[in-house]
Amino acid sequence: MTLIDLANPTRFLALTARVLPWLAAATVILLAIGLYQSALAPDDYQQGATVKIMFIHVPNAWLSMFVWGVMSIASLGTLVWRHPLADVAAKAAAPIGASFTFLALLTGSLWGRPMWGTYWEWDARLTSVLILFLMYLGLMALWRAVDDPSRAARAAAVLTLVGAINLPIIKFSVDWWNTLHQPASVMRMGGSALDKSFLIPLLVMAIAFTLLFVTLHLAAMRNEILRRRVRSLQMMQASRIAFSGESGSRGEGASNEVGAA
Amino acid sequence: MTALSALIRRDIRIALRVGGGALIGVLFFLTVVVLMPFAVGPDLALLSRLGPAILWLGALLASLLTLDRLFMADHEDGSLDLITMSRTPLELACAAKALAHWLAAGLPLIVATPVLGLLLNLDMVATGAVALTLLAGTPALTFTGMIGAALAVTLHRGGLLMAVLVLPLSIPVLIFGVAASQAVIVGPMTFGAPFSILCALSLVSLVVGPFAAAASLRHGLD
Amino acid sequence: MRLSGHGLRCVRGGREVFAGLEFAAASGQAVAVTGRNGSGKTSLLRLIAGLLVPAAGTIALDGGDAELTVPEQCHYLGHRDALKPALSVAENLVFWADFLGGERSDAAESLAKVGLDHATHLPAGFLSAGQRRRLSLARLLTVRRPVWLLDEPTNALDVAGQDMFGSLMREHLAAGGLIVAATHAPLGIESRELRIGGVA
Repeated sequence: MTLIDLANPTRFLALTARVLPWLAAATVILLAIGLYQSALAPDDYQQGATVKIMFIHVPNAWLSMFVWGVMSIASLGTLVWRHPLADVAAKAAAPIGASFTFLALLTGSLWGRPMWGTYWEWDARLTSVLILFLMYLGLMALWRAVDDPSRAARAAAVLTLVGAINLPIIKFSVDWWNTLHQPASVMRMGGSALDKSFLIPLLVMAIAFTLLFVTLHLAAMRNEILRRRVRSLQMMQASRIAFSGESGSRGEGASNEVGAA
Repeated sequence: MTALSALIRRDIRIALRVGGGALIGVLFFLTVVVLMPFAVGPDLALLSRLGPAILWLGALLASLLTLDRLFMADHEDGSLDLITMSRTPLELACAAKALAHWLAAGLPLIVATPVLGLLLNLDMVATGAVALTLLAGTPALTFTGMIGAALAVTLHRGGLLMAVLVLPLSIPVLIFGVAASQAVIVGPMTFGAPFSILCALSLVSLVVGPFAAAASLRHGLD
Repeated sequence: MRLSGHGLRCVRGGREVFAGLEFAAASGQAVAVTGRNGSGKTSLLRLIAGLLVPAAGTIALDGGDAELTVPEQCHYLGHRDALKPALSVAENLVFWADFLGGERSDAAESLAKVGLDHATHLPAGFLSAGQRRRLSLARLLTVRRPVWLLDEPTNALDVAGQDMFGSLMREHLAAGGLIVAATHAPLGIESRELRIGGVA
């Protein structure tokens, strides 16, 4: 088992080093196409040009949930299969997910401004996204609170999965709460029946943003693995210094589950 | 069964003996509620309108803050090691500890509600509604909060971090707890719908909480 | 009954504590785990107790109760004594007896054996370090478990206490139990030594 466990991060680094440039290129091309198409898309007869915020807002909102899904799968990997890359994946995804969520909030608020007359309305969807944002921040705080990544991994995995169970409940609660307090709410973001001239750029943008996430995520995972290697090298060095007096062999076996290769 | 009832009895006994551990929560609840009029002004009509929300927020914070040490104390003195090793499944032991905590710290909050209702100008029916929703909803708070308490052990860190992690999870309970109380006072909703959802949330957390807490505690004991 | 570990590897906080560790103990035998600070004596006991997960290797108890896991058949006496200062001596002991379950003997008798029979009603918070240790030992006597995992068991015990503890361990071994103890000081009973770390 050790062979596979230790080889994986190394093979992962080698593989991603080759894949990443292609992914990045594909992301840039798709983003360019998507943005161009979005710019060409017709104005909405009601909302005017502001409707174009949708092409940024919807992919961000989609990714804010998608990333939590990715982290949930990674958390299962940590708790059930004890896969060495799982907690690296979960940790690397959290800040990226938080960024997408923040952008979804920001664009949502900018989009809503002309319609609501305020930057913030306690609209059901935006409120759910805000709570999701808080949960991302909490998760990041948890990762930061503990120095030893393997100990934080377990706690973060439990919290991520509890969050995954709770998110639909929160969504449902907030929707219910919103109808209770604003029975006359008519604003519907994202719309129900989208015209084809909107739908195609939106799809391209969604795919482009998803690719962007994959690219960023892989890069962040590489950084995390390297960071852990540096950490375990430093620990080895420290224990060498500490034990050099009494026994030279100390620290040779020191290794990190992910770091050492 | 003896094992679980022994654990529940021990925890309640400790909570009642150690410097009024359970009563500190009630005192905090009282203090939060007393603070409110200073923030919103002593307008009785406004207070009675905000009453259920104030009581629910107070109860939420009080039950969360007292949960901080649910597992930490047992971890520090080594009891948690023995509990983990024992023949009782850790999930059941966690549930028993949370139940004991609710009996010792959650129930007193509900008992104190009528008195606090007076301060907030709530009538009998409204106070009863708030107390009833708290009775149905505080188990959900305790059993969700226990996840945070278990994480605090794994992380060697409690306090604010735990509150930040757990509070978003308790939003649904807050929504339906306050909504059910408001339904009785101002309508137009029926009391039944939000109240039964509140009960459902409690039941869900009764299952999810112990499993999540045990998953976090097991092998997390360094 | 035979407790054994094969190819045990323990990693804590990203640092390998030990690897390829082998040990075995049969009924009536005591193993004294020795080694310098940080060599992993406590980690080994916690591995057996199921409180740490081995990075590799297995631990087995042959001839034990097949229905139970290894930790469920062990007593673990760590640095921390799992006592609640707010509860009385008797309450502490009876709680653990009730909670741990299984075959048990009379709590009052165990307290008498460790010399605490005059203090049963006192809050455990009033006890000295040595008395607290004696109370923990009473737990091992009250609830029957075939395997005792002891971490520096004689810490805080005076000479009389160590003698008393030695005879308790001999009784346990004579009754077919087995002991794994991490220790700096001599254990006070006949034991095999398992030295970990420092293979320079």
